Amino acid sequence: MARAVTTQRKIINTTFAWMVGLLIFFPIMWTILTSFKTEATAIADPPVWFFFDWTLDNYRVVQERSDYSRFLWNSIIIAGGSTFMGLLIAIPAAWSMAFVPSKRTKDILLWMLSTKMLPAVGVLYPIYLIFIRFGLLDTRIGLTVVLMFINLPIMVWMLYTYFKEIPGEILEAARMDGAGLREEILYVLTPMALPGIASTVLLNVILAWNEAFWTLNLTAAKAAPLTAFIASYSSPEGLFYAKLSAASTMAIAPILILGWFSQKQLVRGLTFGAVK
Amino acid sequence: MSFRTSLGIASALAIAAASAGHAQELSGTVTIATVNNGDMIRMQGLTADFNAQYPDITLEWVTLEENVLRQRVTQDIATRGGQFDVMTIGTYEVPIWGENGWLVSLNDLPDEWDADDLLPAIRDGLTVDGELYAAPFYGESSMVMYRTDLMEAAGLDMPEAPTWDFIREAAAAMTDGDVYGICLRGKAGWGENMAFLTAMANSFGARWFDDDWNAQFDSEEWANTLNFYMDMMGEYGPPGAANNGFNENLSLFQQGRCGMWIDATVAASFVTNPNDSTVADQVGFALAPDNGLGKRGNWLWAWSLAVPAGSQQTDAAKAFIAWATSKEYTALVAENEGWANVPPGTRTSLYENPEYLEAASFAEMTLRSINSADPIQPTVDSVPYTGVQFVAIPEFAGFATEVGQEFANALAGQQSVEAALERAQALTTDAMESAGY
Repeated sequence: MARAVTTQRKIINTTFAWMVGLLIFFPIMWTILTSFKTEATAIADPPVWFFFDWTLDNYRVVQERSDYSRFLWNSIIIAGGSTFMGLLIAIPAAWSMAFVPSKRTKDILLWMLSTKMLPAVGVLYPIYLIFIRFGLLDTRIGLTVVLMFINLPIMVWMLYTYFKEIPGEILEAARMDGAGLREEILYVLTPMALPGIASTVLLNVILAWNEAFWTLNLTAAKAAPLTAFIASYSSPEGLFYAKLSAASTMAIAPILILGWFSQKQLVRGLTFGAVK
Repeated sequence: MSFRTSLGIASALAIAAASAGHAQELSGTVTIATVNNGDMIRMQGLTADFNAQYPDITLEWVTLEENVLRQRVTQDIATRGGQFDVMTIGTYEVPIWGENGWLVSLNDLPDEWDADDLLPAIRDGLTVDGELYAAPFYGESSMVMYRTDLMEAAGLDMPEAPTWDFIREAAAAMTDGDVYGICLRGKAGWGENMAFLTAMANSFGARWFDDDWNAQFDSEEWANTLNFYMDMMGEYGPPGAANNGFNENLSLFQQGRCGMWIDATVAASFVTNPNDSTVADQVGFALAPDNGLGKRGNWLWAWSLAVPAGSQQTDAAKAFIAWATSKEYTALVAENEGWANVPPGTRTSLYENPEYLEAASFAEMTLRSINSADPIQPTVDSVPYTGVQFVAIPEFAGFATEVGQEFANALAGQQSVEAALERAQALTTDAMESAGY
């Protein structure tokens, strides 16, 4: 039975939730605000909040200097491609772990996750050398594969958790009706796990979109995504905060909008399986 | 078309092709790794001029944050990744990489490029065993930038070549409420506080190593340097100075919060720019201070263009470098953006140009600062290394950043000067021992 909630408690909870929300959103809001300031206002001390001469000049400069659409396209290909490729491996892997577990399944899962505990820089040189060898430096395909492998443990884990929620009996019933493995995964399991798959996809697109270590290290001119676009606006000598903020705002806008529209799906997917 | 017309057209084409000569033979894509600063961005905007001369060379720009650039470029060059054909590197990297055979010699740039016109101090810093390994794009030293109005109000007159004692006296006189007498770098990093402190230490007679590569932080000279710096910053510097690097001090100065600021000469064009600076018409310049020991506390740095040994486009890359660092390029910038915006500090001819001297009030002091820096003999006592604000060995960036952290902690009041020097001595000694010195 649901707990009785008093109005007072509701107000406290709501206020608290809003405060936490604003706290988390503050850096993004500050970036967006700064992007409309002049360089001099951006570093003003004490900081200027809302009352300044709003300008679009930074966006104009950024547009003039960089080919935003090229970076954006690279980000879309890399984030989308790595997620799609990851799904092709993660769905069958999670299926086998959830429905035909062996003695070592738990160990394998943990071992997979343990690769995420390794600092990325630890394998930078081996991967860099492999990339040179196979001519993959500064290519979208190279970066897509690396990001796919990096996010794969998370994908398998998430899908495994969702698949575990689906009663094995349903799959058995499908098998009784003569469904093969392919039909079972494609027509029975996938539609049922769709919310879980959707949130896995969203989370991985976001992770790949924001990934900055590999994207900065393995690209130069051709395959550089939006992370490289942002990084190019930091300056060792001279003021750059306003222009950097404009570049950041342009880089996060697509993913922010995607997140906004898929909010419901994302929350549903992330809490799916949390309550038994 | 008659035979005669065809013949005429054919021969005209042949003459045109022949006269275009060498320029048209070069082709390919040149990938340039660079940092984001005003001069580099301006160059990207002017590449149409380069392409008019070399229509078959495509330029690809990769702009990176300074530390990322350094790491990326080192990684690429050490593994011969061949991702970049031209890289922007500084006077610290050039001697080390040149000696390692990582860079292509630029001794064969065309005569009209005029290597003899380069400022001697800058050229020396980029040459190893007679081979020029990088072409300077812009050069800088450090100098005193001060508020003329505050100086006058304090009843003082800034000499052209002040001493450290005078700087301290002036800092005391100019400190008033929201205005701090002196702003100096405090943020940890070999290129941040350690660039400033190493140059300052040179003028106090201190050095990083003696002739046998023994660390010298236990010397009296280093104690004097650091005590002077800490006392002055503690009394007349801004609060939280341990977090201030170039950009933080620049913004303080531009907002009129600093009486004096000793930093890169390139800052002069920012603080005198009325669009960004509230004190643009009240800034004076002087040489970096000394202590009468024969060395001033100014550094020497040049962002330069070099071709990595792994490049597949060496000739096209050299053609680009020759264009970007030529006198003609300087004239091109002047024509498009005005003389005050040309990249400073690399060529003697620029400082003989009356138009430039008139447009840039800081030009003369910049040139004198650059010329007074001596990368070959940077210290009062002899040392086994070259480099003014750095020691040109590969290990330096690592341990100097750690030493910088100790000094920043001392500035933040987390430890005493003695403790910071002791730890600096210990960690430098350790680093040098493990490096086999």
